[in-house]
Amino acid sequence: MIGSYRFNTLRYNPELCVNCGMCSIVCPHAVFAAGEDVAQMIRGEACMECGACQRNCPPSAITVDSGVGCAAAMIRAALTGKKEVTCGSEIESSCCCKERKPPTCCGA
Amino acid sequence: MADSRVHRGQRSVESTSSAITLANRWDHFLARWGVKRNQHVVEPGLYALGNPRADSPVFVTANYTLSFDALRSALAGIDGYIMVLDTKGINVWCAAGKGTFGTDELVHRIEATGLHNVVSHRVLILPQLGATGVAAHEILRRSEFTVEYGPIRAADLPEYLKTHRATPEMRQVRFNLLDRVVLIPVELVHVLLPMAIAAVVLFFVGGFFVSAAAVAAILAGVVLFPILLPLLPTSDFSVKGFILGGMVALPFVLTILMGNPAVAWWLRVGEGLIFPLAMPPVTAYLALNFTGSTPFTSKTGVRREIFAYTPIMAILFGIGIALATAVILIRGWGGA
Repeated sequence: MIGSYRFNTLRYNPELCVNCGMCSIVCPHAVFAAGEDVAQMIRGEACMECGACQRNCPPSAITVDSGVGCAAAMIRAALTGKKEVTCGSEIESSCCCKERKPPTCCGA
Repeated sequence: MADSRVHRGQRSVESTSSAITLANRWDHFLARWGVKRNQHVVEPGLYALGNPRADSPVFVTANYTLSFDALRSALAGIDGYIMVLDTKGINVWCAAGKGTFGTDELVHRIEATGLHNVVSHRVLILPQLGATGVAAHEILRRSEFTVEYGPIRAADLPEYLKTHRATPEMRQVRFNLLDRVVLIPVELVHVLLPMAIAAVVLFFVGGFFVSAAAVAAILAGVVLFPILLPLLPTSDFSVKGFILGGMVALPFVLTILMGNPAVAWWLRVGEGLIFPLAMPPVTAYLALNFTGSTPFTSKTGVRREIFAYTPIMAILFGIGIALATAVILIRGWGGA
């Protein structure tokens, strides 16, 4: 039960990779590294599902159910019956982003 | 062809500098405390930093003052353009997650500022964390500009600009002590009112000691937890919070157990048990809520945590409250 972060939704299909190198550039957790012929997924378990690699992968070799790992937002969304929120989305006052806006959290 | 790129209503390029004034610092301070949280905004558009020429670099950022100021102050002595996207006053990473620091807004801002006519090159330097919202290949296709993802932290930009290659260190998010400590003020502001109410109510119900226990459990969650985060065992925030809450409850338990010998031992044990039952869930819940402030918890992981631990928190807290009620009633009857 202790190990909630061992699983994530990051999936990589090397057969589609065109080796553009973008995934290893955009990943803030060094999940991907540049390889000889295709990108290598070297730290899949470190993925935080931010979705940067997926968005910048031209052939869509990477998929991830991206979203914000923010319990406050998820719980509030669940309690108010709204669908799960991405950072600071329609529930205006929810989530770190709208309220906290730190340089980390949610961002720089 | 060139004529078609002259945009009507094109705004003039405003100038800015790398200087951080006292007023800027005051604005940052208020932002950190969550004061006027929707008003720390910069007007979106194009800004000239120093004396940029047509071949000077273009840096893209969010229209949140902390983001904009971090960028321009890091670029001291560098001539360039800063393009501020309309992210509704939200920082780069949050806005990228939401999509406002995104492909559409960037393409729109390139056109609205007439960037094609301002610079002779076709390269944009974006903060790496903006990649969550921006698809570089789509920007190229839709605007002819090549997106170059710079380092995560603006402070690394001068180093980055020497080679236009980021080191692995520049590409990985950090969450060191200072990064965590700056988040504490806003965390505190959030719990201040509930904490005050709980403290006052508990003072009248159970006295100063019980009131202090509630304040300790809450402060452990919002102040001690961010500070001690990497030192607490396990990777799950809830478990880390339970452990921290247990440690904070310990002095309260010992004080009761070793307290008045005139009180029956079983009553002392009963009273002592209230604290390790009711305090850790409070700390753990606040710890779980801190996930959104960190740069590494995944949605999948946090969802698993919520399902795994919030029921336990509720049950333990409920038992603790029930026990406290029982102790108060017994003491009332016995006159102890």
